[in-house]
Amino acid sequence: MSDTTDGQVLTTQDGKPLKAALRRALRREKLRAFLLIAPLLIFVLITFVAPIVDMLFRSVENGIVADTLPKTVIELSKWDPASGEAPDEVVFAALYDDMVIAVDQKTHTRLGSRLNYEQSGISSLFRKTGRRIKRMDEDGPFKDQFIGADKKWGDVATWQVLQQFSPRYTDGYFLNAFDAKRGAEGIEMKPEDQQIYMFLFGRTLFLSIVITLSCLLLGYPIAFLLASLPLRTSNLLMILVLLPFWTSLLVRTSAWKVLLQQQGVINDFLVWTRLIDDAGRLVMINNQTGTIIAMTHILLPFMILPLYSVMKTISPSYVRAAKSLGANDWTAFWRVYFPQSVPGIGAGAILVFILSIGYYITPELVGGTSGIFISNRIAYHISSSLNWGLAASLGTLLLVAVLVLFVVYDKIVGIDNVKLG
Amino acid sequence: MKLKTLILAGTALAFAGSSALATDLTLVSWGGAYQASQKNAYTDPYTAENPDITVIWDESSAEAVAKLRAMNEAGNVTWDLVDVVASDAIRLCDEGLAMEIDPDTVLAAAPDGTPASEDFGDLLVSECFIPQIVYSTTFGFRSDVDEWGGKEPAEICDVFDLETFPGKRSLEKRPINNMEWALLCDGVPKEEVYNVLETEEGQNRAFAKLDTIKDNVVWWSAGAETPQLLADKEVVIGSTYNGRLFALIEEQKQPVKMLWDAQVFDLDGWIIPTGLPEDRLAEVKKLVKYATDTQRLADQAKFISYGPARKSSAPLVGQHATLGIDMAPHMPTDPNNAKNTFLYNYEWWADYRDDIDAKFQAWLAQ
Repeated sequence: MSDTTDGQVLTTQDGKPLKAALRRALRREKLRAFLLIAPLLIFVLITFVAPIVDMLFRSVENGIVADTLPKTVIELSKWDPASGEAPDEVVFAALYDDMVIAVDQKTHTRLGSRLNYEQSGISSLFRKTGRRIKRMDEDGPFKDQFIGADKKWGDVATWQVLQQFSPRYTDGYFLNAFDAKRGAEGIEMKPEDQQIYMFLFGRTLFLSIVITLSCLLLGYPIAFLLASLPLRTSNLLMILVLLPFWTSLLVRTSAWKVLLQQQGVINDFLVWTRLIDDAGRLVMINNQTGTIIAMTHILLPFMILPLYSVMKTISPSYVRAAKSLGANDWTAFWRVYFPQSVPGIGAGAILVFILSIGYYITPELVGGTSGIFISNRIAYHISSSLNWGLAASLGTLLLVAVLVLFVVYDKIVGIDNVKLG
Repeated sequence: MKLKTLILAGTALAFAGSSALATDLTLVSWGGAYQASQKNAYTDPYTAENPDITVIWDESSAEAVAKLRAMNEAGNVTWDLVDVVASDAIRLCDEGLAMEIDPDTVLAAAPDGTPASEDFGDLLVSECFIPQIVYSTTFGFRSDVDEWGGKEPAEICDVFDLETFPGKRSLEKRPINNMEWALLCDGVPKEEVYNVLETEEGQNRAFAKLDTIKDNVVWWSAGAETPQLLADKEVVIGSTYNGRLFALIEEQKQPVKMLWDAQVFDLDGWIIPTGLPEDRLAEVKKLVKYATDTQRLADQAKFISYGPARKSSAPLVGQHATLGIDMAPHMPTDPNNAKNTFLYNYEWWADYRDDIDAKFQAWLAQ
């Protein structure tokens, strides 16, 4: 299309080129639209994106060593751990200077707890040395005084940890999250009795898939029923579906305890009907079964609701048409109805899967030892061990795992194929 | 008319005065019966004497360390006095999140003039820690188990004896205490336990001992779980805090008895967060001085069976406020109960907690 007619530029009434005027109008429109969403965007950025990025950044951040012991870090970089001996007097003199300032600011114990994640014993080493520092002779020699305060200062291993974690950024937390560590000859796996995180990631994924599948299995018929019953009845049923939503999560989880435990309602009933004897009571809680049952129950509405809203839009005339053309009930369902409900399955499955992968309170309460998730360890490192760097790297891995699965899902099923109603 | 103005002015003045002086103090504790005992013994009498102080309770002690660190990083500490266990107090002190205090100036002396540092003695395990109570983690067992043929567990190692005392046990889902008990029952002398536990072989030895009962253990993470499990007959022996067992036995009258052998003493107390503004800090110090004096600590024992942290409080412990029973025999520190106790080594666990916990969790998952 050309914007000239008879060699003349089309203009608006006040003589400006039409195209430019249109562009300006559009730009104004866009700006207005952007301003309208700006409050929400800024809100999301400040309250959601920024904290998450800040938290994830902690998985590599390691400024504490260089901040607390600046001189020592510089001197220590010249030391070669392969020499098999503790660093010489210069490093200890730098350590003394740094420690005096650190003790004054009370930051030395903080560094001690940070390095204690890497090697047990450093926490008390710094606490003890901090108490002794004031009594040390200012004129040196420092090496003997430090080793006299705690003989760990004479160990190569202590200095190796200090040197390895001197840089401002570290991959140590991520190595730890992969059950690995940096040994004498580069990266190596931890001893078998300390490997846990990869195993827990695997279990979290596996259990989440099982939970998603059982939600689908239980939720599909209910959603189908809801969508096909007359409004009055289906509304009543809908209340039953939503009822768990209005009940506290902890109450529901505790209710499962009462039902499933060995002296619980279900076992008592089975013993009473003589299906099992008193010695053979089933173990249904404090293990994976407990986690799967309780979480399926808790997440079921997240499967039913998207399924229902999609099924509601499927016109019954398609199935009727299929039947009138000779399809039996199963063919009509499987070839005509089911494909139309797939977007609902996609939406429900994604919702349930992503929610369950990050769940931790229910597994903690009913999971025993075989039913806990990676999120339970993340929670432990956030709230008990205060190893936020490790928690952040585990969280980052979890986030990446979910994103990868999301991309895979998009490739296989197609994200356009997801509908919430 | 004049009178009315006067009254109005007076009321306004009083109102302005009271609102200017009124201070809200936020105290953090554990909720439940324990927090109620603190409210009854410490803060209710205090606010009655100081009507301008309002106490707000926050039941966040379980996450206090993490929350305090987050508040500190955000530069907005909203808590004034935080109740934590001793190991958390050490951690908070190390992180610079709790204020170091001088017990003799901040805390009240005993009625006979003994300075606070002597009255609390060894229980001042950290420069930041103001002890309140001594509690213990110990075992309770059901007294109506038919399979035991009338026998009752009398010592800690009976927990590991599945032949004489079959049935499920409940243990806490963390290495602390369990590792020590396992080593004790594997024949390690009490004073050697931490030296042995420091070595790889020692740790494996403890895990091997725990392996013998692993299939029969329900692991708990909240103190309320063991009493519930015992009441439901889900377990026959279980570890928990002694106050929880007291409530189960004396208040709920369940057929459960105490196994005091090798009980592990632990401490609970206050810390003052760092970075409080001067005026608030002054109010907090006043409150904490009052709340940890000899009488107040003894009063708390009327409501819960935890031993007061001051030596001078022990003779003042009386009867339970509602049950009317003598509280002294229910205290973990009572000589009859404390025949064989185990001393928890805070410093040691501060060093080895991360390492052993990783191994413990891997062992659990196997």
